[in-house]
Parts: sequence; structure tokens; C-alpha cells
Amino acid sequence: MPLLRRLVAAAFLATLGTALLAMAFAEPALADLPRNWQMGMQPAASPVQRDIHSLHHLVLVIITVITIFVGALLAYVIWRFSADKNPNPSQTSHNTVLEVAWTVIPVLILVVIAIPSFRLVYFQDRTQEADMTLKVTGHQWYWEYTYTDAEGLNFGSRPLDSKNTRWQQGIRLLDVDEPLVLPVGKNIRILTTSADVIHSFFVPSLGVQRYAIPGRTIETWVRIDRPGTFYGQCNQICGEDHSNMPISVRALPEAEFTAWLAEAKKKFATNETPTIREVAAPAPAQESVPQGSLHGGAVLAAVRQ
Amino acid sequence: MSAQDHAAGHGHGHDDHHHHAELSFAQRWLFSTNHKDIGTLYIIFGLIGGICGLIISVLMRMELQSPGMQIFSSGQAWNAAITSHGLLMIFFSVMPVLIGGFGNWFIPLMIGAPDMAFPRLNNISFWLLVPAFALILAGQFVGSGAGPGWTLYPPLSNATYQSGPALDFVLFALHLAGISSLLGAINFITTIFNMRAPGMTLHKMPLFIWAMLVTAFLLLLAVPVLAGAITMLITDRNFGTAFFEPSGGGDPVLFQHLFWFFGHPEVYIMILPAFGVISHIISTFSRKPIFGYLGMAYAMVAIGVVGFVVWAHHMFISGMDVDTRAYFMAATMIIAVPTGIKIFSWIATMWGGSIEMKTPMLWAVGFIFVFTLGGVTGVVLANAGIDQYVHNTYYVIAHFHYVLSLGAVFGIFAGFYYWIGKMSGRQYPEQLGKLHFWMTFVGVNLTFFPMHFLGLAGMPRRYVDYPDAFVGWNMVASIGAYIGAASMVLFLYVIYRTFTSKERLADNYWGEGATTLEWTQSSPPAFHTYEVLPRIR
Repeated sequence: MPLLRRLVAAAFLATLGTALLAMAFAEPALADLPRNWQMGMQPAASPVQRDIHSLHHLVLVIITVITIFVGALLAYVIWRFSADKNPNPSQTSHNTVLEVAWTVIPVLILVVIAIPSFRLVYFQDRTQEADMTLKVTGHQWYWEYTYTDAEGLNFGSRPLDSKNTRWQQGIRLLDVDEPLVLPVGKNIRILTTSADVIHSFFVPSLGVQRYAIPGRTIETWVRIDRPGTFYGQCNQICGEDHSNMPISVRALPEAEFTAWLAEAKKKFATNETPTIREVAAPAPAQESVPQGSLHGGAVLAAVRQ
Repeated sequence: MSAQDHAAGHGHGHDDHHHHAELSFAQRWLFSTNHKDIGTLYIIFGLIGGICGLIISVLMRMELQSPGMQIFSSGQAWNAAITSHGLLMIFFSVMPVLIGGFGNWFIPLMIGAPDMAFPRLNNISFWLLVPAFALILAGQFVGSGAGPGWTLYPPLSNATYQSGPALDFVLFALHLAGISSLLGAINFITTIFNMRAPGMTLHKMPLFIWAMLVTAFLLLLAVPVLAGAITMLITDRNFGTAFFEPSGGGDPVLFQHLFWFFGHPEVYIMILPAFGVISHIISTFSRKPIFGYLGMAYAMVAIGVVGFVVWAHHMFISGMDVDTRAYFMAATMIIAVPTGIKIFSWIATMWGGSIEMKTPMLWAVGFIFVFTLGGVTGVVLANAGIDQYVHNTYYVIAHFHYVLSLGAVFGIFAGFYYWIGKMSGRQYPEQLGKLHFWMTFVGVNLTFFPMHFLGLAGMPRRYVDYPDAFVGWNMVASIGAYIGAASMVLFLYVIYRTFTSKERLADNYWGEGATTLEWTQSSPPAFHTYEVLPRIR
């Protein structure tokens, strides 16, 4: 019976270890969207995401080794010092060398992690030479993109729903009616903000994520390595349709992007850059506020309009 | 520590039985001033809260086992469910059992005090939780429910986006639960500082007492900040203020700072008591004194102190300055050091011991393993650079369920099996206890391990529906959750078997490994213990 239990434990540990290793060395999938049974990160398509990958691989190897080490140590101790094998317990309760070692070694491991980690944090922060600026505004429940240096080109990017004709061709909960289109190989400054509640602009394969917070503008950046379509989703709870607020980024070579830009300016010419009124108008509350209610928020909303 | 021979007044007082036989049911249980009875109330309450939270999580896993809307009628209903799940598990399950339950039962017993310092305060601490619990349930069921997530970030939690009284109920519930915790913390600190048996210096206190002392200080310093934040939220919602409202000059990010100044110590509030419990169990079943006692005690103090200066690692993508991010990243990683000291000291305690794998020990060893696993993913998340990807994904869900849903809850079960004989005088069924452990271990690992994969693949948290590509691991996680829920049913049967057991236990039923003062008392202890104070050499 105890043997059986040990075997179960050993089998579990082995499975876990294999799984962790598989995670570490899994071949990146080809498409830029999640795959069923995927165990690692989405393939990188930007310098930031490549660095996130490599730092994550480093840390993953370290933590896998630590976890297996602790698991193996536990298994060994339980086996070696079981009451049957070792009826007389030692009474040792101090060992200065050991105690110093397990304080100092973790510190050294952390230093090994911290060096590339600090470099990555500063690298991801912002771009010094931006080729263009994109403003991303979160709304309940769609994204609005403004190309600030293309005469304020501006459009909303809404999820496909079952009423949409393109529903059949699109990927459920990832495809949108008007994808965000960006040039390949350019440093793009991204400014996020929100018109209502907090959202999070998250595109995994590009390594981009920032909250979109009303009343604030947050800066980050991306440079896309290759043409393709990259998918992301809103990643901060934002109410009823939080799960259906996809982001789809189409990256085009520069020439194609310029052509698209010219066309888009015509297509979205009727869209004005959002006025104050539009930005500040709250989306309808999830449950209609009873008429004549004196909610503080309702009063404020009225004041804002 | 070793010097806990004592001239213990073996408090078998026969008049005690006679004394409490005179108490009516209401006097004994509603107006209780007895730390043991109040501890029992807390444990029963926490069990009920935990079952409610578990039912919600089973509903959530049923929803997520396949893509599309399965059982929830709307996104708001889902959001209300996840909000209640989080709040119930934290404030109405883990905290009541570990702090209110084990704390009340064993602080006086372990330090040789007749009761808590403020017995009536103790009673009101418990009874404030009951209306708080009712208000949380009201938040779930009134109107379309309160659905800003347990983190309550405005503007989603303001009156425009969560209209109706549901969220106000939840906020008042948190106020009541907060007052309850605060009064409890004051009581614990006073008791531990003033009522230790003669001769029990701070450096001779059992580690569980150290854990509770640090926990009580964390509560004392963190809860008022939460109270301030939710008071501002309440006035924003109801009285037209604009603390967190940008159009009135307020700032939503201020709320995040205040919330996490409370919220991060809160996670240590949940895990430190479990650390204390695990230390005693490991020492008892290895028949060895704890390895590196002082290091263990001060590691907890260090975790408590550093735990207060790392809060903004929850806000790496909220637009903080890059230097601020770098600081919070470094500070957060440092916590791995005292945590590592604890893990290795537990293993060193077992090293050279004479280990008996009884049920409590099984849970304790399981705790060390799952807590290590949850701890190392914390190191991943501490890297602000990686967090830019995994922030708010299922990777985070996996991480904090490994340290809390597995860590703290394993600590609860370990403590239950360790002490139920002491608390009730009855023997739990050993084989069923082990079966309970293995079922839970398989169930929770199957639930939460695949969530690492989902998070790395980019699945955001708090989604009622997800792209079809995430279905595989979600299905596995759901199957694990059903196994975990079944193990809870088995646990209820274990409780039933324990309380119908005919076997009566001796004072120290674990033998020579168990050296703390509670083992000098009868099982169950007399209504009033330590009428003659024990003396610690």
C-alpha cells in the first residue's frame, strides 16, 4: 500500500515535469492566434514579444528545476526518513551553513533573473523614435482607433456577432468588422485611453498590453516584424460583454499600408474625430436606472453631458 | 521551544461541565464569550461560506467547459458570480477558518491563556460576519447582481455601470467583514502580547502564534485602507463625490493603489496562518523540533513587512512610471527569499526525522509542494516585463489558486485533521482522510495546472465565453473541478463519520512529536482551561 502510494506520487511528479519541460521547449505554432492544447506563449511577432519569450524561457527553466528539486527532495525525505526506516529521529534543529546557503543561493538566482528583466522593462516602456502614433480608445464594447498623424483617421472596430454576414468566415470572438491596420517594421507609439470603464488593450503575439483608463493616456509601443493578422482581446473586466471585445491587427508592408491609408481616409471620411460629447457620454448602464432616481453617478453623468 | 515541560494545571475542572451545563443554547452560542465556542462558530461559518463559494465555482466550470454560453444568462450574471466567488472564498471561508477558527481555538490553548483578552469583542467579531455574509448573497441576487469583480475597480463599480443597490450591499458587507477582522486583530495582538504563560518569551512562542501575530498586524494596518477606499467608492456611488471619477477630477488609478495596498497584504493574511499550522504538523509527524525556529519566525515577519511595499505589482500595466515598475518588480522578487527559507526549513525539519504519513502530514507535504509550485509562478509574474503578457490572463488565475485554493485550503484541511481530535475528542477516519487528500490533490491540480497553459496561450480572466481554441484545457480544468467538488462531498462524510465515531482520544493522541501546550489538555479541552497557569521553563 505505501509502495503504491509512492508510485502514484512518482508518476504524478514525472507527468508534471514532462509537462513543464514540454512547455519550455514547445515548438511555436505558426498562426498568430491561440491553438487548441497550446501549452506555451503565442509566437512572437515583435521585438518586445521576442524578449518576453526569451526571458520567460529563462525563468521557466529555473522554476521548473526548482519545483522538481523540491518535489524530489520531499519524495526522498518521505522515503528515506519514514518511521519504518528511521525509528529514532535526530534532534538537529540548526545548521548555519545550510541556512546561509538557502538564503544566498535564491538571492543569486534572483539576480540572474533580474538583470535581463530590468533590461526588458525599460525596453518595453516607450519608443524614442516613433514613426507614427496610434490612439486606442476603449468603449463598452468595442475599440476605437485614431491615426493621429493621418489627418485624424478614426474608426470603430466592433466584434462580429451572429447577425453579421461575415460571421461564418470569421473566427468567433477574435475577428472584428474593421481590423486595426498597421505597417510592418515601423516604430508605432500606442496611446491608450477609455471613454467609459477600464479596458485592457492586449495583443499577445505582439507583446503589447496596457490598460485603457478614462481620464488618462498611457503610452507604450510596438514594432511588428512581419505581415499577418494578430489577435487579441480585452483583458480587464468591463461589464456585460467583456468576453466579446476582440482586437484584430492586420500588419501590412509599408507600400500596402500607404495604399490602405489613402483608401481608409476616403472610406471613413464621414467619421469625425470624437468630440468631447461623444467621448464623455456614458454607455447605457447594464440595468436601466429608474426615472427620477437620484443616483450620484446619474447626476454626474447628467452634468457631464 | 523544546522547554515546554510545564507544571500545567491540567484543566480537567469537573465543575466546568457542571458550569456550562447551566448555559442555555442562546447563552452558549449567541452570547458566547468562550474562545473555543467562538472558534467552533467560525469554523462552521467558514465551512458554509466555502461550500457556497465552491458551488459558484462548479457553476463557473460548467459554463467554461465548452465555448459558447452554457448556463449563465448574461455577462452580468457571470460577472456577479465571479465577484461573489472571490469575496466568499476570501472573507467568508479562508479567513474565518484559519484566523477566526484555528486562531481562536489555539492561540489561548498554545500560549497557556484561559481565554482571549477581550471575550465580548471576540463575540461581536464573529457576529458581524453573519450580516456581512447575508449582504454578499444579496449582492449576488438583487437586481442583476454586483459584477465589478472582487477587485471593485471604478469606473465599472460606480453608479453608472453598476446601478442599483446590489453593489452597495457588497460594499457594506466588506465594511462589516473589515470591522470584524479589525476587532479580531486587536484581540489577537493584545492576547498574544499580554497573556502568554509565565516563561513563554516571544522567542519561545509556537510558530502558529508567530504566524497569527504577524497576520493580526497585517490586518490592523491593511484593513483600514480598504475601509477608506470603499467608503470613497460608496460616497462616489451615492453622494455625488468624485474621488475616482475623472470627469470630477478624481482618479480611477488611486483606487487601484488603495485597493492593492490592502489587497496584497491580504494574500499573506490568508497564507501566514497556514504556514503556522504546517510547521506544527511537519514537526509533530517527523518527531523532530522545527528546523531553524528563529529563521522561520523572522521569515514570516519579513514576509509581512515586505508584503506591504509590493502592492503595485498588481498594476504593472496601469500606466505607472517605468522606474516605479522596476522598483515594485525588485521588491516583489525579494519575497521569494523568506518564502524559500520556509520551504527549505520544512524539508530540513523532515530530514533525519521519523516520519509518519498520517492524514494531516499528507496534507502538509501536499501543501509544501503546491505552495512551491504556486510560489515559483509568482516569480514569473513579478517580472514586470513578462507580466505585460500574462497580466490578467489565466496564468494569474493558476498562480493565485495554487497558493490560495491549494495552499491556504490545504493548510485548512491539514489543521482540521491535526486538531479535530483535540477540538471534538473524536477520531477522524484515517483511510477516508487519505482518500479525501488524494481526491482533492488530483482534482485541484487537474483544475489549475492547465490554466497555466491557457494563460500563456493568452486567455483573459473573467470571460464567460472564449474563442474555440481554448476548449481543450478548459475541458480538463472542468473535469478537475468536478473531482474537487466530489472530494468536498467526501469531506462532509468524513465530518459525519468523525462526529459519530465512538472512539475517544487521549490528551496527546499524536505522541511525543506534539510538544505544544494544547496537547497537555484533555480532548476535547474543558470549557475553561488553564485555571492554573502553566509555567514554561
